[in-house]
Amino acid sequence: MIDTSCSFVSCGYDDDDRSWTMEDYGGAVPRWCPGCGDHAILAAVERLLEAQQLPPERTVFVSGIGCSSRFPHYLTTYGFHGIHGRALPIATGVKLRRPDLHVFAVMGDGDCCSIGAGHWIHAVRYNVDMVALMLDNGIYGLTKNQTSPTTPQGYASNTQPKGSHLVPLNPLSATLGVSNASFVAQTADWMPAHVYATVAAAFRHRGFSFVRILQRCPQYTDDLFQEAVRNPNLVELLVHPDGVDAPELEKIFKNRRVHDPKDIDMARHLSEPTDRIRLGIFFRDESRQRYEDLRRQRVRTAQERIDRLNEEFEKYAV
Amino acid sequence: MSSSPPAVTKKAKAATNAAGPVVIRVPEHTVEIVSDSGEGAQKCGQIFGQVSAKMGNGAWTVEIIPAEIQPPARSGAGASGNRIRIGTKPVTNWGDASNLVVAFNEQALVARHELEALHDDAIVLVENMWATHEDEDIRREWAAAMEVLATRRYRIVGVPMEEQCLTVTDNPRRGKNMFVLGLLAWIYDRDVELVREAIQQSFRKKAEAVARSNIQLMELGYQWAEQHLDFRIEVPIEKPTTPMIVMNGNQALAMGAVAAGMDLCAMYPITPATSVSHYLGDIFEDFGGIVHQAEDEIAAAGVAIGASYAGKVAFTVTSGPGLALKTEFIGLATMSEVPLVVLDVQRGGPSTGLPTKVEQSDLLAALYGQPGDAPKVILAPATIEECFHMVITARRIAELLRCVVMVLTDANLATGVQPFPRPQLDPRWQAAPLDLRPVPEGVKPYDWDPESGLSRRLIPGQPGGMHTLTGLSHDEDSKVAYSPDVHERGCAMRSRKLAVLQSTLKPPVVYGDDEGDLLVVGWGSTLGAIHEAVDAARAKGLRVSALHLRVLSPFEPGLKDIFARFRKVATVEINYSDRLGDPYITVENRRLGQLAWLLRAHTLVDVDCWTRVPGQPLRPKGILEGIESMMPGGHA
Repeated sequence: MIDTSCSFVSCGYDDDDRSWTMEDYGGAVPRWCPGCGDHAILAAVERLLEAQQLPPERTVFVSGIGCSSRFPHYLTTYGFHGIHGRALPIATGVKLRRPDLHVFAVMGDGDCCSIGAGHWIHAVRYNVDMVALMLDNGIYGLTKNQTSPTTPQGYASNTQPKGSHLVPLNPLSATLGVSNASFVAQTADWMPAHVYATVAAAFRHRGFSFVRILQRCPQYTDDLFQEAVRNPNLVELLVHPDGVDAPELEKIFKNRRVHDPKDIDMARHLSEPTDRIRLGIFFRDESRQRYEDLRRQRVRTAQERIDRLNEEFEKYAV
Repeated sequence: MSSSPPAVTKKAKAATNAAGPVVIRVPEHTVEIVSDSGEGAQKCGQIFGQVSAKMGNGAWTVEIIPAEIQPPARSGAGASGNRIRIGTKPVTNWGDASNLVVAFNEQALVARHELEALHDDAIVLVENMWATHEDEDIRREWAAAMEVLATRRYRIVGVPMEEQCLTVTDNPRRGKNMFVLGLLAWIYDRDVELVREAIQQSFRKKAEAVARSNIQLMELGYQWAEQHLDFRIEVPIEKPTTPMIVMNGNQALAMGAVAAGMDLCAMYPITPATSVSHYLGDIFEDFGGIVHQAEDEIAAAGVAIGASYAGKVAFTVTSGPGLALKTEFIGLATMSEVPLVVLDVQRGGPSTGLPTKVEQSDLLAALYGQPGDAPKVILAPATIEECFHMVITARRIAELLRCVVMVLTDANLATGVQPFPRPQLDPRWQAAPLDLRPVPEGVKPYDWDPESGLSRRLIPGQPGGMHTLTGLSHDEDSKVAYSPDVHERGCAMRSRKLAVLQSTLKPPVVYGDDEGDLLVVGWGSTLGAIHEAVDAARAKGLRVSALHLRVLSPFEPGLKDIFARFRKVATVEINYSDRLGDPYITVENRRLGQLAWLLRAHTLVDVDCWTRVPGQPLRPKGILEGIESMMPGGHA
């Protein structure tokens, strides 16, 4: 478990003696609005932590700024509530230095796709092993109702009261367009079993797992997904033996499409807008290069460094 | 001349120069090599400086850099090269004017002449192919240049550089610099074996034949000089008694980072900071470290913060525009008390400013760049040697104080080469391995000592220490603040750490008498030039002393007491200040040098300033004029 690229004085307990319940992972009482989709996502993540029995001290949640970025406060793991749009560089630094840690980055749509868009594109390319959850409610909620990059065209907000001027950015096709993308999935907060199964698949994947989670904001975009919530026929599940496995959904969601996550061309095709909301794993490729593997170095002791630096000094000796 | 000249040996030299040249013996000499950009004058100058230092001469080199990568040929604006000042004693700055200049064309020469860079009786060696060039315009330009240069007492020697180089290479444009290196090696009697080694080292990444032909060109230059020049210059060597090493400031920063045990450098390319990462990129992995070239300046800071948060202290290296972009992350590190080292190699500003040129104008941005109160430590090395040691100090302070430490160097230190005593490496300079033992019950993520504000940081992986760091105002438990006293207390705790650091510092030492009429206060790379100017002023009978500050936040203690012993205090800085006497400028609206502002606020002393922004290091002579102009009432 402990990677040799770090040197430790001590590694804490022997994990085998301990076990954790969902409650053990809980933190402060969430201050999200009642009915906010973030509650369900938090529950799915807690379920994952419990199912995987991740030692809380070896689990790190990094977030940006926004409603969704309160996430780490509501867990008892290590957390870093950073600045707007910049969860991914911090998470990258953590994982580069400490490959032994389980790293999650939690972002909103404004966070990831607007102010932090540059980091998002490059994080996909670095393909550092972490789970990136993008909680997409199509609006800036914390700052009270401003248009985000994923707000549908025509949808009114405080900053664009006559309706959003632009066609929305498509986070799935954008991610799938970046070279070295290795895991791209979409799920929706109103289907907890699907959220859990998707996040679990993302966790199992070794690489940068990008999960867009469609998330209802009862305050500002209550109607955004309302039709799909009421009518399961508007949802299409991407299914495959290598895809998301949630048998309990079979009875409700009749629209099922077999999609092999290896097929990137089909993934790109399926990521384009239609009248249905597609959920599942669009693309997965474990063979993509991971930056932390490319950059891994053997740790040197203080004395080794001194000896080596003394050799280096020789080249500069007077 | 044969296409494969025999190796140069002392013996051969003695044989061919029976009459012997005139040997000019001097305690110091300043050499300049100037060419079009891309002709390699810089490489020639670097090797000459390096070899001189390795032989035991004092040395200081300064690059003469055009901002463009390929400016037009034979243009004054494109003059590129190196100035090397060598001496019997240690050399601390680039001096005033050059005693010997080698120019690849007369236009670069005229540009230096117009900048008053040449001594009145300088020896000038200039490529003479332009005098007889087939292009009439060029011949005319040559003639005009010679007329301009004739107004001084320069001794001009034409050298057929291209003609000579053509005897061994098809592309003299790529070889003249080595020919010139050979000239200089003969003139200054440099150890040719050291020169050969330096050429080998410089071309080690290219095919072997490249180094070979460059060595051949150097030897050609050496022989030409031996056969055609009637003077040599001797700057006697006093072998240093302690082992010395020689490098530039950016290499020293990089080696300091290694010696400090840091193992992650996150950066984005920016002049003149980037060469720190070039150098580290070559060696860092051997030390278990990596250079992470981030997607932008902001991400570079974020990755460094993430890595620091997860264990040992990481650092980021940048220059002015990059520092501006990192502002928000530096605020986050300050607020969340994640240790971070930021190396800022200052250049001219604002905005893109003077990318390759020296300025000391990031001080206030470094100190006050963050919205909100963001106390941090600022260190300013004054020499290449201090560049090395201050990175080590920065890492330690950052970790002990859980704070941001910024190290401000500048383009002059970055590219300047100077020998200094070889550091005796100490394992305690390095960060200890991560301690992931369980956190004792009751320990909080910000267990501020109520007096000092110091606290031990908890690292991911430590059982029982789980918490969420945040850039929001927070209490000891890292819980977000919802009451007024929590924010007051957090601000006080973060600020208190600077007072704690100050309590461990000693007052700075005055250079010269402890009292007098004028105290000149400086910081950073101007140290040597200020001291030389103060020496000159004292020789003229002026009661002037100097004080050089290395810690700019918090200030070293005792400044007010030191200032009280002088009739007047003034800073000398490479940043902008208004000059009294200019239109509209009055004592009421005059904007001062950056350190001057800070010192006035800190001491309530009426600190004056003499600052210039020439895009090049200050010259001792200029500073002397500044000192004379600032002497208080009638004392001169």
